[in-house]
Amino acid sequence: MNNLADFVILSAMLFGIGVYGLVTKRNALRLLFAVELMINAANLNFVAFNQYLPYAQQANAFGQTFVLFSIALAAAEAAVLLSIVIVAYRLHNDIDVSEMRTLEG
Amino acid sequence: MAVVTLASAIFSLEAKEIVYGAIGLAGSLFGVAALFFLLDAPYVAVFQIAVYIGAVAVLILFTVMLVRQERWAKEVKPASGTTVAGAITGVAVVVALAFAVVDANLSRFDSVSNTATFVDIGKLISTGYAPVLEVLALVLAASIVGALALSKVDREGSG
Repeated sequence: MNNLADFVILSAMLFGIGVYGLVTKRNALRLLFAVELMINAANLNFVAFNQYLPYAQQANAFGQTFVLFSIALAAAEAAVLLSIVIVAYRLHNDIDVSEMRTLEG
Repeated sequence: MAVVTLASAIFSLEAKEIVYGAIGLAGSLFGVAALFFLLDAPYVAVFQIAVYIGAVAVLILFTVMLVRQERWAKEVKPASGTTVAGAITGVAVVVALAFAVVDANLSRFDSVSNTATFVDIGKLISTGYAPVLEVLALVLAASIVGALALSKVDREGSG
């Protein structure tokens, strides 16, 4: 684990696991897990590139700052999604997304 | 650390009980935080632990416990075709990205050359990106108000 390629490959694997979960799972909470994994893969990429290839080859924290904002946004997204899950559970007694047809035209 | 991160990521999606899945997700997020430490970015790592493990994972655990029910024990199996399709899609994504990494010869960068500290992060956030911070605060407030409004229990019927 000491060159950029290792971190980027690891992040790609994390992203691949997220894609797998997003395709196969039908449970709303599992979908949330998969999305969180993909967000984390992206964050890892940002920090890795910022640390190994800093902009203009000098000390700066653009990537790290971006990741801080991204983490905060992900937290907001998780809060909203969890409350949607709770509402869906209250309405349907189930959080299987393939059963949710209320919004279908 | 890489093994821990990937293994608990898979576990979070494949665990039979979704509570264990939530704990697996927390483990995976913790692994990513450790990788941030390895990347010499301690501030981001601490932020990740505070926000993800401290807030998001706990929030997820509470939700899981709120909506848990017995028949989840036998969670509906997706059609076997879906699992294969998902696995193929995931592997294809990884292979494509790996080709890109190898093609760009990223392994030639083998030392952390950025010496930025949290002082740089603080300067950046409080000067150039101050408007972004304000907007982000608004977004967080709005999303929390929205979440509260969504999950508000309608007590009019029960008095």
